[in-house]
Amino acid sequence: MSAATLDSRRLGNGVFQVDFGGNWTVGAALPDLSAALREMGSSEQIGGVRVSATKLGAWDSRFLAQLTHIIDHGRQQGIEVDTTGLPGHVQELLRLAYAVPERAGARRGESRTPLLAQFGANFLALLDDSRAFVEFVGLGTLSVGRLLTGRARFRRVDLLQIVQECGAMALPIVSLISLLVGLILAFVGAVQLQMFGAQIYIASLVGLGMAREMGALMTAIIVAGRTGAAFAAQLGTMNVNQEIDAFKVMGVSTFDFLVLPRMLALITMMPILCLYAILMGIVGGAIVAVSFFDISLMEYLNETQRVVRLRHFIIGLGKGAMFGVLIAIAGCLRGLQCGQSAAAVGSAATSAVVTSIVLIVVSDALVTLVLNRLHL
Amino acid sequence: MTLERADAGADEVIRVQDLTMAFGSFVIQRGLSFTVRRGEIFIVMGASGSGKSTLLRHMIGLQRPAQGEVLYGATSLWRANPAKRERLLRRTGVLFQSGALWSSMTLAENVSLPLGEFTRLNTREIREIASLKLALVGLAGFEDYYPSEISGGMQKRAGLARAMALDPEILFFDEPSAGLDPISAKLLDDLILSLRDSLGATVIVVTHELASIFEIGDNSIFLDPEMKTMTASGAPKRLLAESDDPALLNFLTRGNAAGRQRAAGGATRLA
Ligand SMILES: Nc1ncnc2c1ncn2[C@@H]1O[C@H](COP(=O)(O)OP(=O)(O)OP(=O)(O)O)[C@@H](O)[C@H]1O
Ligand SMILES: [Mg+2]
Repeated sequence: MSAATLDSRRLGNGVFQVDFGGNWTVGAALPDLSAALREMGSSEQIGGVRVSATKLGAWDSRFLAQLTHIIDHGRQQGIEVDTTGLPGHVQELLRLAYAVPERAGARRGESRTPLLAQFGANFLALLDDSRAFVEFVGLGTLSVGRLLTGRARFRRVDLLQIVQECGAMALPIVSLISLLVGLILAFVGAVQLQMFGAQIYIASLVGLGMAREMGALMTAIIVAGRTGAAFAAQLGTMNVNQEIDAFKVMGVSTFDFLVLPRMLALITMMPILCLYAILMGIVGGAIVAVSFFDISLMEYLNETQRVVRLRHFIIGLGKGAMFGVLIAIAGCLRGLQCGQSAAAVGSAATSAVVTSIVLIVVSDALVTLVLNRLHL
Repeated sequence: MTLERADAGADEVIRVQDLTMAFGSFVIQRGLSFTVRRGEIFIVMGASGSGKSTLLRHMIGLQRPAQGEVLYGATSLWRANPAKRERLLRRTGVLFQSGALWSSMTLAENVSLPLGEFTRLNTREIREIASLKLALVGLAGFEDYYPSEISGGMQKRAGLARAMALDPEILFFDEPSAGLDPISAKLLDDLILSLRDSLGATVIVVTHELASIFEIGDNSIFLDPEMKTMTASGAPKRLLAESDDPALLNFLTRGNAAGRQRAAGGATRLA
């Protein structure tokens, strides 16, 4: 291996000669070009630049990149760069590299936006986002209208498949989480209640907590992570593949065909999953009460039955259905807004989960407040 | 080359008027004006990245022009309300450059979907038509395959079958023969010609395939990425014989403008 050398000097006729020697490869340590480039900078003293490679050893793309530095620099200064002293293959590759001139306006400049402008842009993006969301809700309402009048078209298989995917397949994880939430509620409450000898109220605490609040909330968060993200990824990938465009030009409503079945599936499956989660939570509470706090199963169930009324279930399941709509909207909206790359699909899925969870928690807070005011 | 003025007759299917295409402030092409006539095979030529696919997107209602008009007959595509636009576009079939098959459906389902949406045929008849369309593009027997289970060229052909599903009056093909072997490409040209001759379809084709440009093209435009506009329009053979634009000649002769006579001779032999 002979080290790379760079020999630049002025010839008598005013021509500036740059001679390359040794190995100019990716692995090699290269001499600094900047001195030679600086010397080229003063064009009035230079009658031209000639590059040659009399003692050049091995070379690869790195050599070419260094050459393009010199050539581009020369062009900027309006100096002719003579490359005929280079090996034939190098000349041929350079010719190809410069065969298609750079497209005017195609190169992306690095633009730095000031902080305030970024803040403004983000705020406007948030406004746009809200508008898109409201528009999407509107489209959804119209679509449901078409469904009710029998004019919305989608494939029944799609609906069934989504129902299976977001309903039945979610049972294991919903069982696990809600059973544990029931256990936790029971334990946390029991420690306090025991001080007053009122352990029996574990049953009402767990029953009410699960039915009114935790059943729907936990299910919604699980479904947002499982199904909302899946919706966004599916629709996002379809967008990347131009499958959505294909629907559009065919005059098939993407909303009816893709969003509606997903929305229907979640509206129907969420209350069922919630009901299941509530029951699992009560079972969890019962396990704790019976095995640690000396309450018989019958006592526990009687107390639960006494306190938890039908309206509590209705509130819980109603919330579940509402969360289902929100998850479907967030998932589908983010999917359809997805950009044109694999990374965009990933961020669409993330954004779908974040959006759903924000919507779920905010709407839950509002509903709880309203119900409280109404004394329900 | 000058644009041949259309004698605004009934045979005018699509007219593009002074169209400017841009992504944000980056203009792709400006000042595009041309007419596509009924029963014509209209070729859109241009170097890679010159904006051919983007032009198709403007003509099929997927991208709004920065300026100018796309007219279907006398109706402006972009000024029509969405319902009207949808009705105009229902007469068209599109093959996307990437195929864009619906990946969750089998090939037969892909082709059947438009039939199920817009016709009153029963399931068996739909299935028969779908099989026929797939057979026309050489995919008989692949009805129950998913797009991910077939090759790129086969996806292209399946996309073609889907575009033809409803026997549309106007067909847009974006590089139909890219990724096909020479024999399939030749069969594809025959298919396009017979679609035109049997159904009277108007076909707008984006293609780089010189052999098929000369064999099937009745009319064409050439998009120049440097000038950012169309620098020529007319029948491809006439352009080859008469044009003196080096960019166009290089395109039509694979960078070998001096070989113009040879290519033209080859073209006439092909025809
Ligand atoms: N989404 C986009 N955002 C910004 N610029 C784009 C976008 N899509 C395409 N372009 C630009 O538009 C130009 C034309 O792209 P287009 O896909 O229409 O080219 P084409 O003529 O079809 O090329 P090819 O023959 O390679 O398919 C390209 O220069 C590209 O940089
Ligand atoms: Mg293209």
